[in-house]
Amino acid sequence: MSDELEQILGQPATSLRPTPVASGLRLTPHCAEKVVAGDVAEHEGRETASPNSAQDHLLTIDLHKSYRKGAIEVPVLRGVSMSVERGEFLAIVGQSGSGKSTLLHLLGTLDAPDQGEVYYAGQRIDNQPAAARDRLRNRQFGMIFQFYHLLPELNTLENVLAPLMIAQSVWGYLRERRRHRARAEALLEMVGLSHRLKHRPRELSGGEMQRAAIARALVAEPDLLLADEPTGNLDQATGQEIIRILRTLNRERNLTIVMVTHDRAIADQAHRIVRLANGRIEE
Amino acid sequence: MYKLLLCWRYLCTRYIALASIISVMLGVATMIVVNSVMSGFAHEMQSRIHGIISDVVFESRSADGFMDAEWHEEQIRQVAGDQIEAMSPTVAMGAMLYSSHLGAHPVQLIGIDEKTQSSVSDYGRYLQHPENRKAMSFKLREKGYDVRDPQGGPESPERKQLGQSGWVYRREAARIEKFQQQFLKPEKPKTPAPAPTSGPAADPFAGRQTPENRFDPEKDEHTGVVIGMALASYRTSEGEDRFLARPGDDVMLTTVTTGQPPKESSDHFTIVDLYESKMSEYDSQLVFVPIRKLQELRCMIDPTTGVGRVNVIQIKLKPGADGNAVRDKLQKAFSPTLYNICTWRDKQTALLAAVEMESAILNVLLFLIIAVAGFGILAIFYMIVVEKTRDIGILKSLGAPGRGVMGIFLGYGLSLGIVGSGVGMVAGLLFVRYINQIAGALGWITGRPVFDPKIYYFYRIPAIVMPQTVLWIVGGALLIAVAASILPARRAARLHPVEALRYE
Repeated sequence: MSDELEQILGQPATSLRPTPVASGLRLTPHCAEKVVAGDVAEHEGRETASPNSAQDHLLTIDLHKSYRKGAIEVPVLRGVSMSVERGEFLAIVGQSGSGKSTLLHLLGTLDAPDQGEVYYAGQRIDNQPAAARDRLRNRQFGMIFQFYHLLPELNTLENVLAPLMIAQSVWGYLRERRRHRARAEALLEMVGLSHRLKHRPRELSGGEMQRAAIARALVAEPDLLLADEPTGNLDQATGQEIIRILRTLNRERNLTIVMVTHDRAIADQAHRIVRLANGRIEE
Repeated sequence: MYKLLLCWRYLCTRYIALASIISVMLGVATMIVVNSVMSGFAHEMQSRIHGIISDVVFESRSADGFMDAEWHEEQIRQVAGDQIEAMSPTVAMGAMLYSSHLGAHPVQLIGIDEKTQSSVSDYGRYLQHPENRKAMSFKLREKGYDVRDPQGGPESPERKQLGQSGWVYRREAARIEKFQQQFLKPEKPKTPAPAPTSGPAADPFAGRQTPENRFDPEKDEHTGVVIGMALASYRTSEGEDRFLARPGDDVMLTTVTTGQPPKESSDHFTIVDLYESKMSEYDSQLVFVPIRKLQELRCMIDPTTGVGRVNVIQIKLKPGADGNAVRDKLQKAFSPTLYNICTWRDKQTALLAAVEMESAILNVLLFLIIAVAGFGILAIFYMIVVEKTRDIGILKSLGAPGRGVMGIFLGYGLSLGIVGSGVGMVAGLLFVRYINQIAGALGWITGRPVFDPKIYYFYRIPAIVMPQTVLWIVGGALLIAVAASILPARRAARLHPVEALRYE
């Protein structure tokens, strides 16, 4: 397990990600190959767009999701099909309650769709076992949220290191802690927080917390960043600062970013915008 | 790693959870203290019982006993000689102790062989004269009885009266008595010792009483007797012993002869030492005299051969020998209708079983207290999981598996258990260590002694810490703490990440 991570972490920050197939295999060493082969074969027989592993980093096919409120079922997503290319900065806009956060949760395997499929690097991920999805979230996906979601008991540096702690056993982590720490400090310096390493989240401003959250999302060297209203709780100037960091990451590290927002001005800075209304995509 | 870190941080920041384990702490401390004191008392009691009853007791079912102890000893040696270290013949019989100072008391009169008695039991250890503790003698010592209780340690109160006992006291008392009699009733010179009351003319030893007229208590002594401390003295509420009779005083013992019908038979004895096992049952009932004298008194000696009858042969086993096995072996060899063979434990089964029962019930009750504490932990943990719902969602969104989240809370429960039972263990052990000082302080504050030496014959609270028991208690407390955190931890593990993240 730690070898895998070493492989990820050992890459220079600016290098391109490995080919999708390779990264897909690495994701679940034991079962990935089988699952991919089976799924691809199945999908090639269908008429719908089969996952284009060369191009699409993330692909959804006909996603449905509804929530139950008492006895009434409230449909949130009613057939969302979309794709994100590698290295793309995509903004999903829509009014509140249009299901954009739900879509992002489905992309990030935090939730499972009622119907439909999610592909990551050519591999179906929504039906993976929990352990594989946990590992995917831990290593391939970075996530940032509107409310930052830092752990209040840990200081900034420990929050950034949390994904690495989760990825490794105690001894594995302790063996490499210097390297991890150096990496976390470098990331915090990149987002301009090197003076706040030992502060608890409640001692930080909103912008600082979001920047710490970005550093945390990047510490395991993911190739996909999912951002849920990253500027929703920030004033305009601070929000712009966050977007600038995201754009830089996208440009310099070829990081694929999927961002959900309701702010048109923020969304306009992405490469492409998709609009979500009534549970469906409207271009 | 995150599990350890978060466990540690939760431990350091959630003081309310620490409050919840105070009950665990108290439970553990109480259990350790109670168990130590109980086993201390049990040990004291057992060693006292064992001090007076030898490892194996070979006794006759008949009150008249059996003839020729040496022949029996030889037979016993043939059956189980490899496990036997020493034997001593004994005659035991009910009797009445009478003295003008003490009044009349029903007692158990025991005739012992002063040479072999100490080899089969701890009897000698409980005497008051240092020389007698080394080598028992039924002769009155000049003086030098211990002023301080030899078993009590330096803080036991002084027994000044005992220090003046012995021949010194006897001569003084006799002189005073003689003077008083001369002064008050000069016309009737009579010795201070009461006139012989053994009426029956059939008493073959009645003739022995004739030199009584020449008996001078200033120079002469009767046959020696060792009586129990509780017979000779009483204890004041301050823990001081007041003596009604002491070495040098004369008493009279009345028992019955063997044969049909039994006839009463009495004689005078001089107290030569006091016996204190600190088991009130023994100290208030047992009276020791030389076996030969008792055999004479009870007409147990065959006039032609000079061989006496005895009731009991006390057997001391070699270290490590199994008492029950020896008992069964002997019982097989000797007819159960004539002989009863038992170990010292058999003799006090009811008492020992009662103590064991008490301690078992007490342990169950105290463990229930810790179990109640477990429910407190469960409730507080549930609250903490609810409070930490968002954090759990965050960890899951970062890829922490459900098992890992569960591990955080189980580890948290375990570390609370470790803190609680650890502090409880230290507190309990310290309490046991300083239990007498604490009892003293409590007695001083409340104005009523916690450990009243008037009731208990120890000056100190006996306490024995059994490492094995402590381990069991601490282990049980840890188990309860972890078990109480399983339910909340499972709830945490099963939280849906999206719902947990949305939780406000």
